[in-house]
Amino acid sequence: MKLSAKSSEKIAKSIIWAAAMLVVAVLAAIVIYILAKGLPTLSWSFLTEIPEGGGAAGGIASPIVGTVLVTAVAVLIATPLGVGTAVYLAEYTKGGAITKIIRFSAESLAGIPSIVYGLFGFIFFVMYLGLGWSILSGGLTLAIMILPTIIRTSEEAIRGVPGSYRETSFSLGATKWQTIYKVVFPAAIQGITNGIILSVGRSVAETAALVLTAGSSLRMPTSLFAPTRTMAVHFYTLAMEDISPANAFGTAALLIILIFIINVGANILLNRFISNKGKKKEAKGGKRN
Amino acid sequence: MTDTKIKIENLSFFYGKKQAINDFSLDIPKNRIMSVFGPAKSGITTLLRSLNRLYELIPDTRAEGRILIDNEDIHAPSVSLTQLRRRVGMVFDVPTPLPMSIFDNMAYGPRLSGIKRRSELEGIVEQSLKMAALWEDVCDRLDTPAASLSGGQQQRLCMARVLALKPEVILLDRPCSGLDPISTAKIEESLQELKKQFTIVIAPHNIQQGGRISDRAVFMLSGNLIEEGTAEEIFANPTDKRTADYITGRFG
Repeated sequence: MKLSAKSSEKIAKSIIWAAAMLVVAVLAAIVIYILAKGLPTLSWSFLTEIPEGGGAAGGIASPIVGTVLVTAVAVLIATPLGVGTAVYLAEYTKGGAITKIIRFSAESLAGIPSIVYGLFGFIFFVMYLGLGWSILSGGLTLAIMILPTIIRTSEEAIRGVPGSYRETSFSLGATKWQTIYKVVFPAAIQGITNGIILSVGRSVAETAALVLTAGSSLRMPTSLFAPTRTMAVHFYTLAMEDISPANAFGTAALLIILIFIINVGANILLNRFISNKGKKKEAKGGKRN
Repeated sequence: MTDTKIKIENLSFFYGKKQAINDFSLDIPKNRIMSVFGPAKSGITTLLRSLNRLYELIPDTRAEGRILIDNEDIHAPSVSLTQLRRRVGMVFDVPTPLPMSIFDNMAYGPRLSGIKRRSELEGIVEQSLKMAALWEDVCDRLDTPAASLSGGQQQRLCMARVLALKPEVILLDRPCSGLDPISTAKIEESLQELKKQFTIVIAPHNIQQGGRISDRAVFMLSGNLIEEGTAEEIFANPTDKRTADYITGRFG
């Protein structure tokens, strides 16, 4: 029997709808499961106390601080490098051999498993440079890891800026660099920031690379050279070594909430920044008479 | 005839190996409106962009011959490109407001040339907007995004933005192509005012507009200059058959 166009349309639509719903359902199931298991553990003391007994008791104050510091180091190092590379790729090269090498390198970096980054970080930062298991080693390793994301999203954002903006800027007597920082950057900032937020999320969630580079100390870090255990690593240890399933879920719940807050918060900040600069309407394009 | 502002001598222009303008020579008089018209792909945009060297943004382009502005070769090594583009302002065929406020759009050029004092910038912005007949429309909302203006207002903003550079020459590449007749009339009207202070080279968006606004006109075809003369001569009484055929609508 041959299906009529109308019924095949209906069937296709329901399958596509089911696929989309399944994705939402999986996400919802994970989030609800973890929040249900973890939220009862979350309390003020859980957030503010240092872990005791290897995490069996006490809170997760030091892993929280460790996570924030490692992520901050990674993002602060990777952002200027990544955005700089993106500007070079998008604005200064004309698709020659050097561009290809840079882009190939960045894409290769993106495909490497994080445990390999961890090994490299361990050998290079921890051992060779003698930084030891530390926030700095972990942050530097993560910086290399998130670099491809920042380069790619920034490059796309910069390339997405209409060529007419550049032409107009040049026609008004601007140099290339003036054009980039006065027109191209502001127009691309949203895309660039999105890439940075993605990278923050990835840094906060990273485990394998950090076990090998940041260590697993539960003490409150006193400097960037101190070892630390990020929340994701802490969660992994608690769960794998069966130290405290309750505290593991508590940590996981906080991770999820944190990533949610980062995403929403960054969006709000960004929108405020954009509307302050009076650009919100422009994103929708001007009216034509 | 008044002084010559721009003297084009044997200009040939290449995109890679493809020649877009062939051995083109033309004197453009000061304080007049010169129309450059012809069918699409005749090299008109290329000609306009060679006058402020904006074509240099496109890789693999090359100009031969000389272009003199006030007897100074614009290709001379001593010429500053940014300086040249301030002297020779350009309005594009679609309005190109930059993604910033009306004021910042207007102050873009002056700021680049080093003017920082707010009061001085405000003076330039007001004066330029008045010259482009846009001041009344926008004076109470200079901080709103330029893209919130209508298309006609945006194009007048682009003209005002060029005026704020205090240029000597204004190039307009089919500036009214996307605009309604009322907006077009406003722009044409201000051009008649502006030519008292500036030298204007315009690619009109149709023959009628060329006839309405120009003092002199040049007809281009396939990168060649076919005929040049006063607007009356060219639009009412062309001597070359190809010009006549184009004007009467036999081709194009």
